[in-house]
Amino acid sequence: MTSSRNTSLSRSVDRVAGGILGLLALVSGGMVLLIVWHLFAGAWPAIEAGRLGAFFTDAKWQPGSRRDPQFGVVTMLVGSFLVTLLAVAMALPLGVATAVFHRFYAPAAIERWNRRMMELLIGVPAVVFGFWGLMVVVPAIVRFAPDTPGQSLLAGGIVLGLMILPLIALTSQAALQAVPTAQLRAAAALGLGRGRTIWSVALPAARGGIGTGVLLALARAVGETMAVVLVCGNIPQIPGSLFDPIRPITSTIALEMGYAGASHKALLFCAALVLVLLTAVFVASFSFRKNEADSGTGGA
Amino acid sequence: MPRDRSTSTWLDRGFGLIGALAAVISLLLFVWLIRDLVRLGLPRLSWGFLTGEVEDAGRSGGIGPLLVSTLWILACCLAVVIPLGIGCALWLSEFVRRGSPVARLVTGGVDLLSSIPSIVFGLFGMVFFAQTLKMGFSILSGGLTLACMILPLLVRTTLTALESLPADLRPASAALGLTKTTTTVKILLPAALPGIVVGITLGIGRALSETAALLFTSGYSTRLPESVSDSGRALSVHIYDLALNVANGGPMASSSALVLLVLIFVLNSAAVALSEHWLRRRHSFS
Repeated sequence: MTSSRNTSLSRSVDRVAGGILGLLALVSGGMVLLIVWHLFAGAWPAIEAGRLGAFFTDAKWQPGSRRDPQFGVVTMLVGSFLVTLLAVAMALPLGVATAVFHRFYAPAAIERWNRRMMELLIGVPAVVFGFWGLMVVVPAIVRFAPDTPGQSLLAGGIVLGLMILPLIALTSQAALQAVPTAQLRAAAALGLGRGRTIWSVALPAARGGIGTGVLLALARAVGETMAVVLVCGNIPQIPGSLFDPIRPITSTIALEMGYAGASHKALLFCAALVLVLLTAVFVASFSFRKNEADSGTGGA
Repeated sequence: MPRDRSTSTWLDRGFGLIGALAAVISLLLFVWLIRDLVRLGLPRLSWGFLTGEVEDAGRSGGIGPLLVSTLWILACCLAVVIPLGIGCALWLSEFVRRGSPVARLVTGGVDLLSSIPSIVFGLFGMVFFAQTLKMGFSILSGGLTLACMILPLLVRTTLTALESLPADLRPASAALGLTKTTTTVKILLPAALPGIVVGITLGIGRALSETAALLFTSGYSTRLPESVSDSGRALSVHIYDLALNVANGGPMASSSALVLLVLIFVLNSAAVALSEHWLRRRHSFS
């Protein structure tokens, strides 16, 4: 009798606990919907007013102008795209080469020490990177090219590239370490030297993992605000050279939200939606790759 | 055959050389970064700087009230994200079947959340916490916005910690007649605590270094906050403001940046040291 009461009591305790935890889980999982919904709500006035067309076709961004208001996001999209591309172009070769060195050449002590350092550097605040870029990288660019403002696409690319370098190096190293030793031994048994093994066996096998790291780095770079807003010069234009100022989408939101009027604000929310869409594409392709890789190893 | 061997040797040497060069370059770049930050920031660093009031828009004085605001924002963030994140992870790992549609939806939602740029969290916090829930530009708005941002990290680390527990803990505890709730609270949670603490420490580091999400939520006031509904400027926002909006704000921004950097390094090293310590202990047991 008591025992059956106990079981029913304990069952209801479990049910209550499960209910509370389930509620917390639903809140956590639903948060992203809440955010996207609020972005849509914020952007709605602009969509309703039919500005979305102008948003993608206008050549310039001057939403506050009385005489000739233009709402083109394209210059900023190009800015975001170029600075991200530049950052990855700099960080990828450096990161992968560093990973190869750590995995196949460096003594264990050096590898450990460097990995520790990279792990620490992932945590360096973006605003500190941006500030350092403003104080050090920008003046260095001016010294190199005296007629330019220094705050430029190049400065943004350098700072952002440095910021994602540890991420790419660490994910690449993890990918190289995940290559089965049996494959490497087999290559050695076939008489391939270390260089040939790295080139023909290890790197191709690790390509998926390295690609995943690059996707993560891309998502992080596109969404980054603080590191670019301080060093890119913030002029919304299509840059003619590396030394021209640009203005990524994130910077625009950070700079203008503080003083934006109602219709201007709605446009900034549209820009935020575009940004979320961009990073979602990177992350979706990331999880797609992961699922594919999982099912691949499951099948093998 | 000899030709192939010689190309292989060349490849080997090439990889070694390029790799070593790349490693040295990345190392030097970071030494450059740290050296500059120390060189620029160290001269003004003193007890007076850490405790002093902000004067002349930050050009002189110290960062005392900002440190207090930062800690309060952090406290608000942790008070919400710890129960929410751990609760979510416990439910996912103990109360629903893995791979069930609900579980996949929740994990998917949390993963998507981690992909959202921090500035977008800032916009959301501004609209939702500050305006809809009428919290205004306050420490509370900022802390809650950060909580949304840190949530995926905490859910992931807690889930990993729970999943890495020995599988026979659960049937053993059920065989003793313990309820699922008791098992979870008394056995699984304490056993997973090391991993959870590491997750929280990493989350604190992330929260401290965040700027964009706080720009439009926690406000810019440099006075000492009296309650969580006051506006308060975080240290990271202070660096941004000094660098971008205050002429000749550079020197003080450098010192603030150095303080922030040291804080983050200490926290992250603590997380690494803790996880390695616990990892070793677990290995020595088994």
